[in-house]
This record gives sequence, C-alpha cells and structure tokens, in this order.
Amino acid sequence: MSLSPEVLEPVPVADAAPAPKGVVGRSPGQLAWMRLRRDRTAMISGCTLLFLMLVALAAPLIEVLYGVGPHDEFKHLLTRRGSIPLGYAGGVSADHWFGIEPGTGRDIFIRMVYGLRTSIFIALASAIVTAGLGVTAGILAGYLGGWVDTVISWITDFALALPFLIFALAVMRPVELRFYGPREEVPTWFRVAVLIAIFAAFGWTSTARLVRGQVISLREREFIEAARASGAGLGHILFRQLLPNLWAPILVSFSLAVPAYVTGEAALSFLGIGIVDPTPDFGAMIFRSIAYLQTDPAYVFFPGITIFALVLAFNLFGDALRDALDPKSSR
Amino acid sequence: MVRFLIKRLLSVSLTLFAVSVVSFLMFFALPRDPVTGMCPKNCNAERLERVRQELGLNDPKVEQYAAYMKGIFVGRDLGSAQGGKCEAPCLGYSYVNSEAVTDTLGRVLPVTLSIVIPAAILWLLLGVGLGMLSALRRGTLIDRLAIGFSLTGASMQLYFVGALLLLIFTYQLKIVPVPHYTSILDNPLDWASGLVLAWIALAFLFSAIYARLARAQMLETLSEDFVRTARAKGLAKRTVYGRHALRAAITPLVTIAGLDVGAALGGTVITETTFGIQGLGRTAVYAVRGGDLPMIMATVLIAAVFVVIANLVVDLLYAAIDPRVRLS
Repeated sequence: MSLSPEVLEPVPVADAAPAPKGVVGRSPGQLAWMRLRRDRTAMISGCTLLFLMLVALAAPLIEVLYGVGPHDEFKHLLTRRGSIPLGYAGGVSADHWFGIEPGTGRDIFIRMVYGLRTSIFIALASAIVTAGLGVTAGILAGYLGGWVDTVISWITDFALALPFLIFALAVMRPVELRFYGPREEVPTWFRVAVLIAIFAAFGWTSTARLVRGQVISLREREFIEAARASGAGLGHILFRQLLPNLWAPILVSFSLAVPAYVTGEAALSFLGIGIVDPTPDFGAMIFRSIAYLQTDPAYVFFPGITIFALVLAFNLFGDALRDALDPKSSR
Repeated sequence: MVRFLIKRLLSVSLTLFAVSVVSFLMFFALPRDPVTGMCPKNCNAERLERVRQELGLNDPKVEQYAAYMKGIFVGRDLGSAQGGKCEAPCLGYSYVNSEAVTDTLGRVLPVTLSIVIPAAILWLLLGVGLGMLSALRRGTLIDRLAIGFSLTGASMQLYFVGALLLLIFTYQLKIVPVPHYTSILDNPLDWASGLVLAWIALAFLFSAIYARLARAQMLETLSEDFVRTARAKGLAKRTVYGRHALRAAITPLVTIAGLDVGAALGGTVITETTFGIQGLGRTAVYAVRGGDLPMIMATVLIAAVFVVIANLVVDLLYAAIDPRVRLS
C-alpha cells in the first residue's frame, strides 16, 4: 500500500484562522494522526487502553496504596462452611473493593491489577516478537522470490493448517517435560516464555503473508529499481527502502494481534495450561469462578468484564487505526 | 477438474504427513523421557522400564514413527499389557484411561459433533441474516444495533458468555438443566436441552464475526454494476438482493465457515470446559493435564485432519462454484 497519493489530496485546514503561508505540507503520518485525533471512538478507546496500561504498570504502587497484596488471604471473611465470602456481592467492602475470592479469601481487586499486568505483558511481548519474525520472513519471501518464497509460503500454509488452540494446549506439557521433571515445579517465568514462544510460532505466518503481498507489489516500483541501480545492498533495500513503506499495514496487524493474544492467553490459562493459580491471571480466575457460579455469582463478573473491556478497547482502537491509516478501506 | 483434484489431494497428503511428523516429534522426541509424563500415580523404576519397553521407546525414533503409522493404517500388536491386538486405525494405548485411544475417541467424538453442527447452522443463519439486514438498512437504527452486537460479540470471551448463560438460565431461572450429553438416538429432547446453552454461546460469538463479514461483503456487492443493472432491468428488490447479491456476497463466507467448522470439530475446547461436557476438546485438556501422550497425540492428529479436510472441501466447493479457481 502506498500512502504517497494522499499527500496530493486537499488537506482540510483545521483552524479557521487565515493562514498566510498557504498550503501546509503534511507527511502521511501526520495526516493519519490528524484523522485519528478527530475520531471519537479512537480517542475514547485509546484513553481506556492508556489507563489500563498505567494501572498494569503501576501495580506495585497500587498495592502499597491499597494496602493489600495479591497473595494475602482473608479467611476470616469467609463462611466457615463452603468458604463463601460474607456480605453482599462477594464481600465487596471499603477494604476489598471487588470483594474477595471464595475458597482462598484473596482480594479480587489487587489480583486483577496484577492480572492485567500479566495479560498485557504477554500479549504485547508476543505481538512484538510476532511482528518482528513475520515482517522479516515476509520481506525476504516477497523480495527474493524463488525458493526462499516457496519455502516460507509453504511453512505459512502449513502453520495455518494446524488447529491453534489444541496444538498450543498440547505442546505446553512436552516442552515442560523437556526442561523439568514430571514432579518438579515449573516456574512462572518459564510458562510465560513458552506462551510467548507459542504465540509467536503460530502468529508470525499471517503477518508474513500480509507483508509478502505488499512487498511483491512494491518491489517493481521505480524507487527500488533506483536503489538497486545505484548499488544498494540487500539489507539497505529491504530495511531502508521497503520497510518504511510497510509500516501502516504492520501497525494495523500489530494492533489487532494484541487483543487476539490477550484472548488466547486467557483461554489457555482458563484451560489450566497457561498461567496457573498462585500467579494472578484473568483466565485462571474465570476458571475458578465457574465452580462458584451457584454460590458466589459475583466472582465471575469482575474478571469477565475487565477482560471484555480490555479486548473491546484494543479492537476498537485497531479498527480506528486502520481507518486513519487507510481511509479508502471500508469496513 | 480432475487435475485440480489430484493436485489438491497430493498437497493434502503432504500436509497430513508433515503434521504427523511434527506432532510425533513433539510428543515422543521433545520430552526428556516421554514415559515419566504418562506414568500413573504409583509407578516405580521397574514399571517405568516395562512401559518403556511396551511402547518401544528404546527403539530408534524413525522405527517408532513407522510403527505408529503402521498402526493407523493396518493395525499393530501392542502386547498384552496394552490390550493386545489393536485394530486398523490404531492410535495407541492410554495408560491413564486403561483403554485403547480409539475407544475413548469413539465415545467423545459424537459429543463434539452434536455441539458443533447445530451451533454452526445457528451461527451461519444468524450471522448472515443479521449482516444482510444491516447492509440493506445501512445507517438506520437496525444497522447500528447490529454493528454494536458484532463488536460486543467479537470482544466477548466464550467462557464469560457461557458462565453468564449458565448463571441466568440454569441457576437463576432454572429453565435449562445443567449441561450434559445424551445420545440423540436415545432421547432427542434431552439431547437438545442438554446442549442448547453450548449452541447459544458458540452461535453468539461466531455470528458476531459473521455478521460483520457478511455486512462488509454485502455492501461491496451492492455497489457493483450487476446489481444496479438488475435493479434497472426492473427486477424486484427481493430477487436482486435475495438471489443475485446474496449469492455473490456469501461465497467468501463459505471459505471462512468451512475453516471455522473444521477447527471447531477439532475440539470446542473452551465450550466443553465451560459447560463441563466431555467431548474431544475436554478429553484433550484432561490428556494434557494427565500427561497422557498417546491421547494428546491422537487428539492433535484428529483436529489437524478435520482442519485439512475442511480446507479441501472448501477448495472443491469453490472450484465448483467459481471456474476461475481451477485455472490458476
């Protein structure tokens, strides 16, 4: 996709003040930013995301201010039989804003703050690794063509033929068994790393496909020919000439990959495969809450609604970004 | 058409071969010692060594793979401890369940089929209908509601929707029984009432995605010349939209629907876990938790076979509908 023709389009002057300078030159990036600024959905979802990310980053600070840690247990606030929180809506009170967990008696609010951190960290890290791998493979396949393209395209098609969830689910245990014995405790950082690796291994193919298509249409253009004629090396053409023309589709696919990974991570943790209990995580929390649906229905709502809001905000922002970067596309 | 078919079949078998090699390596070569993962609770070194012998884990990897593949196509003898002779589609023996893997699969496969097929019919009808409606009534309240619905659905998590449905219909209103599976042959009414929540949850999420796709496709088709020509010719709106435009608009949806159904048949893991129904997906989860490697490998293979077959069916359908595909 080329953004250059849009520079020629008449640029609506935002301020009514008489501009003696005449036409102001704006880069495609500035134009996209202006369109994004004017989009109300983009602004609201963007601010929500910023807020949620700040909360996630500031988790230890919030813990200090709130005065309760994610592993503190308040068993005295549970009923003696059945361990259900006392009080209304799962034990909501001034000390425990979202109530406490049935069974363990841990505070839900602070666990969600930390869960947000787990979720956003894994999703962003996976999306970054995916984009890096996918862009490199896609550019190489598209520009070099020949057997490189054949091999990469075949791997892409093959990876798309694998059912993701069941494969991700199945590969986790063998990978753990490679490095740890069957009775050993698997550390959380290792699980996080494996999750990111799984997402990257499955996710890079769609980015690669997208980038490859773009590169194929770009590689015959004059500026590439000019670069080649003036003796530019392969690395220069790939990353200095081609890459700057690809940032729009890459950014869009990146922003839509993040919510997919948030969902994927929560799904795996829900199945008890990803992040497991003492570590705070939305998926694992919802899985626990299913068992308490009858006795403590409030428990499912807090993590359920938060993850919904997070994914919705990411999706809306991704869509708005696409509209801003490529106004011709209609959803 | 015959050439196209042969080419596709060749590439399908190549993909399946690659899947089988990758999953075999994943489950039998990746772990330090595959046996430790599939050992039942009380196992000592002696028992472990016996299991290792019976599974042939001391043989070279290539031989193990060959034996496994031979089991699938012609059957193999697994030895007395593993239930003796294992008939043709032999996928090994599960120490955790103490039965042949194919026996377990035969039991859980109808469950997954019963969840996926009605749900797929529901989500296609709902999704395409809603998408059409909102494209034809573009800009009206109906359109905006439909867009809101598809945005919500696309960001909702299946387990959360499932939990809400359970909470409302089973625990509060008490109009739907706790989800369970009965064979449709035994009691069709019980079959439906036990699975209806799973159908609704799946259909809600998928129809949101389909509504969005169908709307975009329909809008694109409606702006094409042949639609204008048909209208200008004086054809009734109903004929133009219902026959000409719809047919052109849903062809791309066929691809996506085929792949989604294929993937869902490979295990509606989350649906089954949420509602506690023992289908292929939940069996896979249990196998993973219990470290039952032959079982995991079998579920992964089956899921991949479903996806690959769905791919093939979609391609053939496409080639039948659109002759241009065959030529390229």
